[in-house]
Amino acid sequence: MSQNLLVNGTNYAVDVDDDIPLLWVLRDTIGLTGTKFGCGIAMCGACTVHVDGIPVRSCVMPVGDAVGKPVTTIEAIGDTAEGARVQRAWLEIDVVQCGYCQSGQIMSATALLAANPSPTDDDIDAVMAGNICRCGTYPRIRAAIKLAAKAG
Amino acid sequence: MAMRFAAIAIVSVLATAGTFVLVGPLRGYAETSGAGALKAVSDFDTIVDTRARSKAIFEEASRVLTHPRCINCHPATRSPTQGEDKHPHVPLVIASNSSLGPLGLACSTCHGPENRPIVGSRMKSIPGNAHWSLAPASMAWQGLKVSEICQQVKDTSRNGNRSHADLITHMGEDHLVGWAWHPGEGRSAPPGSQETFAALVAAWVKTGAECPD
Repeated sequence: MSQNLLVNGTNYAVDVDDDIPLLWVLRDTIGLTGTKFGCGIAMCGACTVHVDGIPVRSCVMPVGDAVGKPVTTIEAIGDTAEGARVQRAWLEIDVVQCGYCQSGQIMSATALLAANPSPTDDDIDAVMAGNICRCGTYPRIRAAIKLAAKAG
Repeated sequence: MAMRFAAIAIVSVLATAGTFVLVGPLRGYAETSGAGALKAVSDFDTIVDTRARSKAIFEEASRVLTHPRCINCHPATRSPTQGEDKHPHVPLVIASNSSLGPLGLACSTCHGPENRPIVGSRMKSIPGNAHWSLAPASMAWQGLKVSEICQQVKDTSRNGNRSHADLITHMGEDHLVGWAWHPGEGRSAPPGSQETFAALVAAWVKTGAECPD
C-alpha cells in the first residue's frame, strides 16, 4: 500500500502497510537513522519526532496517522530556530555521553522551547520526564535547555 | 497449656469480631467491589423505598466509576495512575491546566485516537481515544468514598456544570467514557456495558439522584 509522507520537507511515496510504526518507515524505508529505537512501547522517548509540530513517539504511531502531516526528525530539527539553539547548547555544554537517547532528548527539548521560551526547572522536568537517559546526563540536559532558552 | 492456647484463640476471634463490628466491613471507599455482572435497573425493583433504591443504584453504578479504566484518570493529584493496581503513570506525566499535559509531553505524544497494538511486549497495547485527557481537578475521585464521588458527580460547580440530564448523556454517550469497555488488549473492562451503566445513571436520576450515606 503506497503512503505519501512529507518528511523534513521532502515527499516520499513509500510502499508500506498503514499500521507499520512510523519509526520503522523512517529508519528502514526512508533511511533516516538518526531517530533511534529504544523500548518500542513509548516509554523511553528515544524515537521522538515531530508530527505537525507535536512531539510523538514514532515507535507506536502507525505510519497512516502521519500521512498528510509534516514530519520533522533529528536530521532537520536544526533548521528551526529553537532546534538550532538547542543543538548549539548541546555542543557547548557537551551533554552527550553514549548519545543513544540524545536525538529524542533534543526533539523533546526543542518542542518544549517552542511552546515555552523560558521554562522553569519544573517546566523542564514535566516535559523531559518522558525521555530516559541511562547515562544520567539529566543535569547537563537541563543546563543546556536553560542555555538554549537564554540564547533565544 | 492446651487451655492457654484455647484462651488465646478465643480472645483472637473475639478481637477480630469486635474490630469488624466497630469498623464494619471496609467498604464504601472508591474501590471496585469485585467480580460479577453489572446489575440491571430491574434488579432494584424490590427496594420499595425510592430513596433507598436511588442510593443502591448509585452504589452499583459506582462499580464502573471506581474501576481502574475510569478512576485512573480521575486521580487525587494532577498525575494519572495506570494499570489494574493504579500505580503512578510511567513516565511521570503532569497534567497542565488543559488536562492534556504540558506542550512537549502532551497525552497525544503517546496516546493516539485509537488503541495501538504493541507486538513483542508484555504491554499488549497502548490505550487511545480521540479525547484522551485527564479529568479536571474538580473531578478527582481517587481516595473519595462512593458517597463523596456521588456528591461530586451532581455538584454543578465540580462536574463541568452538567445537569442531571447532561450526566445521563455524558455517561451514556461520551466516546471517552465508552472507551472503558473497549480498553485494548491487556486491560480489563468495567462490569456491564455503557448501555447498562447509562440505564443505571438514568434510573438514579429518576429516583431523585440520592447519594449513599
